[in-house]
Amino acid sequence: MDLNYSAEELAFRDEVRAWLRANLPGDLREKVESYAHLSKEDLLRWHRILASQGWVAPAWPREWGGTGWNVVQRYIFEEELGFAGSPMLIPFGLSMCGPVLLRFGTEAQKKRFLPRIYNGEDFWCQGYSEPGSGSDLASLKTKAVREGEHYVVNGQKIWTTLAHYADWIFCLVRTDPSTAKRQEGISFLLMDMRAPGITVRPLILMDGAHEVNEVFFDDVKVPVENLVHEEGQGWTVAKYLLGYERMNTGRIGESKRQLARLKQYGAGLMHDQRWRDRLSRLEVELAALEITNLRFLDRMRRTGQPPGADVSMLKIKGTEIQQGLTELMMDAADPAANDPLATAIRKRYLSMRKTTIYAGSNEIQRNIIAKMTLGL
Amino acid sequence: MNFDYNEEQQLLADSVRRYLAKSYDFEARKRIVAGEGWSADAWAQLAQMGLMGLPVGADHGGFGGGAVDLMGIMEAFGEALVVEPYLPLVLAARAIERGGSAAQKSAVLAAVVDGRAKLAFAHSEKGARYALDALQVRAAQNRLSGEKSAVIGAPLADHLVVSACSEEGIGLFLVERTACEVKPHRTIDERLSGDVLLRDAPAEPIGGGRALLEETIDFGTALVCAEAVGAMKFACDTTLEYLKTRKQFGVPIGTFQALQHRIVDMYISLEQARSMACLAASRADAGGDARAISAAKIKIADAARHVSQEAVQLHGGMGMSEELKVSHAFRRLTVLAREFGDADHHLARYAAL
Repeated sequence: MDLNYSAEELAFRDEVRAWLRANLPGDLREKVESYAHLSKEDLLRWHRILASQGWVAPAWPREWGGTGWNVVQRYIFEEELGFAGSPMLIPFGLSMCGPVLLRFGTEAQKKRFLPRIYNGEDFWCQGYSEPGSGSDLASLKTKAVREGEHYVVNGQKIWTTLAHYADWIFCLVRTDPSTAKRQEGISFLLMDMRAPGITVRPLILMDGAHEVNEVFFDDVKVPVENLVHEEGQGWTVAKYLLGYERMNTGRIGESKRQLARLKQYGAGLMHDQRWRDRLSRLEVELAALEITNLRFLDRMRRTGQPPGADVSMLKIKGTEIQQGLTELMMDAADPAANDPLATAIRKRYLSMRKTTIYAGSNEIQRNIIAKMTLGL
Repeated sequence: MNFDYNEEQQLLADSVRRYLAKSYDFEARKRIVAGEGWSADAWAQLAQMGLMGLPVGADHGGFGGGAVDLMGIMEAFGEALVVEPYLPLVLAARAIERGGSAAQKSAVLAAVVDGRAKLAFAHSEKGARYALDALQVRAAQNRLSGEKSAVIGAPLADHLVVSACSEEGIGLFLVERTACEVKPHRTIDERLSGDVLLRDAPAEPIGGGRALLEETIDFGTALVCAEAVGAMKFACDTTLEYLKTRKQFGVPIGTFQALQHRIVDMYISLEQARSMACLAASRADAGGDARAISAAKIKIADAARHVSQEAVQLHGGMGMSEELKVSHAFRRLTVLAREFGDADHHLARYAAL
């Protein structure tokens, strides 16, 4: 038993760390560290810096720009990104649409979309949830009717993150309303956000930020060449995506940075035993999560198998820790202060409540473990 | 990075587990508890497998094993809720191995390895809680006076390793069992324990002082973490089994989401605890790391409380009954959560380091 990284892994970490120190623009890091809003241009700027280094899509096959790193290296890389305070890489193209096309796309689709995703030329968003279909995603109603060489799409998506930035959206739509199993009538479509009939309406969240949207489809014509995999196979595609690349849901590097920040920001409270104990318990939870994550990686590396359903626990614990840290950060702020940082910290507390809801609520994650791992 | 036991560690843990499954199942354990509170036969078998020699160096016929070498065994003991006083033997033998004189080692350790001699680690005192500096047992001119309490295995031990204060500070002493008076009792988790009265009892100092005492306790804490992981694994598995078989309203109660989410959280606690037990054992072997070991004990104490309480609750009335092993796991986990310091103690220590 050896819980330490190997000398090669440490050297890799140091290489990534040194590169980030030299190449992460100070103004972007400052924005991230002060919890400021990141514009579309900010996000794309960072994306393109990583792309030019060849590091923007490590998990992709080498021929499409992947790095060939193993799972441990990929994990180290992502942790270092979070730890350094880099802007988040928007996952919809890089780790959702990209992997789907790599697995199910035609050669033409890959050639058309993958390089543009890689280089940050197309900004993608994800059209899954609908007003009546949240956790029960398979009940979705947005319908696509084949008419000649097009699908005609009508319906509505909701909670669509950054749709107002997006050039493209990948959607789950119902192509056959008559199937016995409702999962069977679903297809996976790629749509140009500039297509006539698409309307994006902002949904402002409780922190006042515009991050998510409603997207309406009104007789939108989508060329059939934008269907991924076969008609009626959309659920298979969606399930593949669920099992893909779920090793960083714990966001441990990011939480480590927040913890260090909190110790500094809340330094004046360290004499208070109640405060200290709350902080210590979170620090211990984070240490345990990091080792649990490494145990999963070690298992993946040895067996060559994709992660099992039990990695859902990384999402559950990781988001609980993220929320715990933001709550402590808010409590560390002087209650009478209304400077920009104190205000941003309070708003972040509001905003971070989303983490246990998005990407499969933590209750859905528990359902997954209960069913898939425990056999209930 | 590697989270597996090596082949030797795995083989030993497997053979201990096989032996316990065959000869130390819940029925056998009941008979042991109802009898003398330990099993001479089990002790001999475990000695034959080489367990007693694990903490002892090769010079005295042992294997010089560390915490990771012992981890799989402690997990297996935790799963089977073994009542044999093995951990006190490990800690006392290890202290002698590290701080004892050549004469002490040859007088005690060879007999330990072949299973003839038993040892106890007499540290806790009434009123001291978990603080080292509150010890009241005094050492002067190689004699000890005072009282040690809740010393696991004391009624069986041939020799005791006792912590005491002298003019030179806190240190460890070797005392013959016959030189003290032992009042036996059973702990709430059914282990044979004793209060040890020392009235000017002849004692030989063991070197190493306070540092060795602290290190011994940290080592013990790491092993308690592993034992708790085993007991939690049993509690989780047996509760899962119960959810799948117990029917109410015409269906297995495991079909109810209210219960599904709770058992998922139990397994998450178990995995988080296992991670910290790995950390504690590896750091104990890498020269010790008080902060990491306290961190582990905080997590293990919290997880033991969570898992044991939920295991009983999800079993309903049956969880309360003496008849089911799960209630005994509850008792063991309640004790392990506090052994060598509860969560509050380790939170204070963690923050101070």
